[in-house]
Amino acid sequence: MNLVYLLRRLVTFLLIVWVAASINFIIPRLAPGDPVAAMLGRMSQQGASVAGSAQIIESYRQQFGLDEPVTIQYLKYLAALARFDLGLSLSNFPTPVTTIIMRALPWTIGLLIIATLLAFSIGTLLGALLVWRSTPAAARTLLPLLTVLAAIPYYLLAIILLYLLAFRFNLFPVGGTTRIGSANELSLSMVLDVAHHSVLPALSIVLSAVGGWMLGMRAMMVGVIGADYLTLAEAKGLKQRRIFLRYALRNAILPQITGLAISLGSIVSGAVLVEVIFSYPGVGFLLYRAIQNADYTLIQGITFFLVLSVGIAILILDLVYPLLDPRITYQRR
Amino acid sequence: MAVRGVSFYVRAGETFGLVGESGSGKTTTDMAILRLIRPPARVEGGEIILGDTDLQRCSEEELRSLRWNRISLIPQGAMNSLNPVMRVKDQIGDAILTHEGRLPGKVLRERIIDLLHTVGLSPDVYNLYPHELSGGMKQRVCIAMAIALRPQLIIADEPTSALDVVVQRLVAETLKDVQKRLNAGLILIGHDMGLQAQMADRIGVMYKGQFVEVGPVRAIFKNPVHPYTRLLISSIPSIKQKHQPPPAAAWEEIQQAGPQDEPGMQEVEPEHFVALSESIALGSAG
Amino acid sequence: MASSTVVSVVPTQSVRWRFRAFFRDWKLVTGVAILLGLLLFGLVGPLVVSEEGTRLGAGEYSAPPSARHPLGTDSTGRDVLAMMVYGTRPTLRVGFLAGGIGILVGVILGLISGYYRGPVDTIIRSAADITLTIPALAVLVVLASFLRTTTVELMAVIVALFAWPWPTRTIRAQTLTLRESGFVSMSRLSGRNDLEILFLEILPNLLPFIMASFVSAVSGAILASVGLQLLGLGPILTPTLGLILQYAFEYAAIVRGMWWWWGPPTVFLMLLFIGLFLISMAMDEIANPRLKGAAE
Repeated sequence: MNLVYLLRRLVTFLLIVWVAASINFIIPRLAPGDPVAAMLGRMSQQGASVAGSAQIIESYRQQFGLDEPVTIQYLKYLAALARFDLGLSLSNFPTPVTTIIMRALPWTIGLLIIATLLAFSIGTLLGALLVWRSTPAAARTLLPLLTVLAAIPYYLLAIILLYLLAFRFNLFPVGGTTRIGSANELSLSMVLDVAHHSVLPALSIVLSAVGGWMLGMRAMMVGVIGADYLTLAEAKGLKQRRIFLRYALRNAILPQITGLAISLGSIVSGAVLVEVIFSYPGVGFLLYRAIQNADYTLIQGITFFLVLSVGIAILILDLVYPLLDPRITYQRR
Repeated sequence: MAVRGVSFYVRAGETFGLVGESGSGKTTTDMAILRLIRPPARVEGGEIILGDTDLQRCSEEELRSLRWNRISLIPQGAMNSLNPVMRVKDQIGDAILTHEGRLPGKVLRERIIDLLHTVGLSPDVYNLYPHELSGGMKQRVCIAMAIALRPQLIIADEPTSALDVVVQRLVAETLKDVQKRLNAGLILIGHDMGLQAQMADRIGVMYKGQFVEVGPVRAIFKNPVHPYTRLLISSIPSIKQKHQPPPAAAWEEIQQAGPQDEPGMQEVEPEHFVALSESIALGSAG
Repeated sequence: MASSTVVSVVPTQSVRWRFRAFFRDWKLVTGVAILLGLLLFGLVGPLVVSEEGTRLGAGEYSAPPSARHPLGTDSTGRDVLAMMVYGTRPTLRVGFLAGGIGILVGVILGLISGYYRGPVDTIIRSAADITLTIPALAVLVVLASFLRTTTVELMAVIVALFAWPWPTRTIRAQTLTLRESGFVSMSRLSGRNDLEILFLEILPNLLPFIMASFVSAVSGAILASVGLQLLGLGPILTPTLGLILQYAFEYAAIVRGMWWWWGPPTVFLMLLFIGLFLISMAMDEIANPRLKGAAE
């Protein structure tokens, strides 16, 4: 793979992370006065317990290096980030923020990967099929339904699903990931339990996101359908299935993947709110509780983490893309 | 572009040149032969007889299996006719595999490289992607693809139009060579009269969706009857004579001469047919 | 024949209003109808329903719908219908304000970026791409937590920070294309200066795209603002639909079966999003007619 391409992508990734870090640095300092005192002030305002506040203040002064000039503070901050030192949680003092996030992260990653993969593959396939001649007309009724669903944000769907399937019809649990009181060992029943609890959150994301992918792929396919290489493929007497997969879909999917990279940010944003609604113990729910507890370091840590994750995911996608589109490595020359 | 009353034949080993300007119906005709006409256009009747098979009466599946096997296409604009995300070997290979079933890897590879050799391409091309090839090379890959199954009939739609002059000649010669080897019929579509003069045995001139003149190439060039044919021939640059733009009167004549409601051709010489109307007298051949 | 041929080339305006297709498009009609309906609700409602209902303790607590309170009351006794009616306008205001800012910035940056290209273009494009890829909610949360979104307007401004990249990209892409088109070259040759070209030639052709982007931006802004409110980070003094949802959620109204509380704002918002989406799809098709041809 072209080295220049790789470098460009890495630089973009670092740029995104750096911007997020800087935003996290600047915002608390926008409020006039001492940010730590301001933080603590607000915490007590919101009634959060500030046990051991003297310790907290001390550790923060050290960490923030508040007596030092801003640039030094900034550099120290960036250095800490590079070590994945996100500070100590205010509401769970003195547990490091990183530890807390790590506990919640696997849930979010699991939910997101499954939901996104499902929505993307189903949506893309549907979108492609809808444009293909030999697809039965009955399938086209899906189009308006999924389009309407695509307009609705994940969290509204979550509310409705929560009400309908969990509350009203008791098909699924109302929240969490395991039944309260069940043992935490890894067993088949536990896995099934988790899966059962994850259905509604995943469904909230998938039902809405599918429409978007479907519409996008449909648009791409329309562009590909008129292409000369499709006509020639037909003239060659190739089987319809091969033409669909290797000639049409394979070409139309390229911009879809770029689209996936771009929409990762909003998918994550949506997933956060879905977790909140279902009390799903991922990073999103953690954020919600952090907000309620005015735990600013945790809030900042989660934000940074979210941006980092999205950045990494996009980087991976960017690296995978040239494998699918042979033209890319050459264009960067 | 609607095509009406088009009727012609091509013998094995013979090249039939389909000539006319853009929009005259040439591509529509070849698409119709391949039965690739898509809605909203449709074929309203007639027969398309290949060997002993009437293509009009074939089902989709029958058509699919005889396509490329017995009749293949070298498309206009090879630039866009190759799948950008497939290697050359796979694009040539998939036609072979589809119609002949699975082949041992080595055998397939040998065959493809052989085909490439026939069109004058080095074995390196085997693994390349289309965007790594020049225009001429892409066109020759298309020719290699088209002959892979030794078809009876090859339709070449403007095979040289997007190429520069030197490459044009190379491609034209390759095509001719290939046709001879297979003893296949070749329908050569184009508006380059010079190329037609070199390659075609017989020519059909189309104007606005109908044939206006059909005949052996020598006869047509020596004795063009229809005003449109004459116009086409006169547009070939000649070293001897300075090129004169056709007078407005020539277009008038052409307008009056066709298209006909009832296309009927008259034989003015052996094998040389012209669609005549009252305004063209038999004696106005020039 | 010595007739002198004078070349006269008239630069044609390439603005083709496809609005004749306006009313034939079911998406547009339905979308606009929905939007107008909701707007009407928000405008006429306050004339009919008393504002008293939005005060704490205006009625019984957590009461289901009755004659006196057609949509029931919430856990603090506020009349849900009143909250809905008085909350519609602020909700819409956030959307239109943030969307407006977003589109204004987007058009300006997009025009500059697409027309002048060069280093300015690279900076603007990178900034837009970075802003797009960052998960908006995360940064909005940080902003809102520290900056205390006390008013609807402030929340709109914060949300607008993420509303501008998409319009910028769209406008930039279109400007890039239009820049090369015939009539722009003609204008340049006839000595028009850049500003005139930008505003008189290019901008009118961008109108369908601007409208499509505006509608999307409004929708996205409302989505983000309600999201923020669900997390508890929105303004609490002004009634908005998001606020109703926020209280309802905090009180676990969903699992308590108080459907009259969380239901109406949810349905209203769903309709709003669907309506806006339909309109923006229709706008997209007006801007890019090829999309219509897809086998439906």
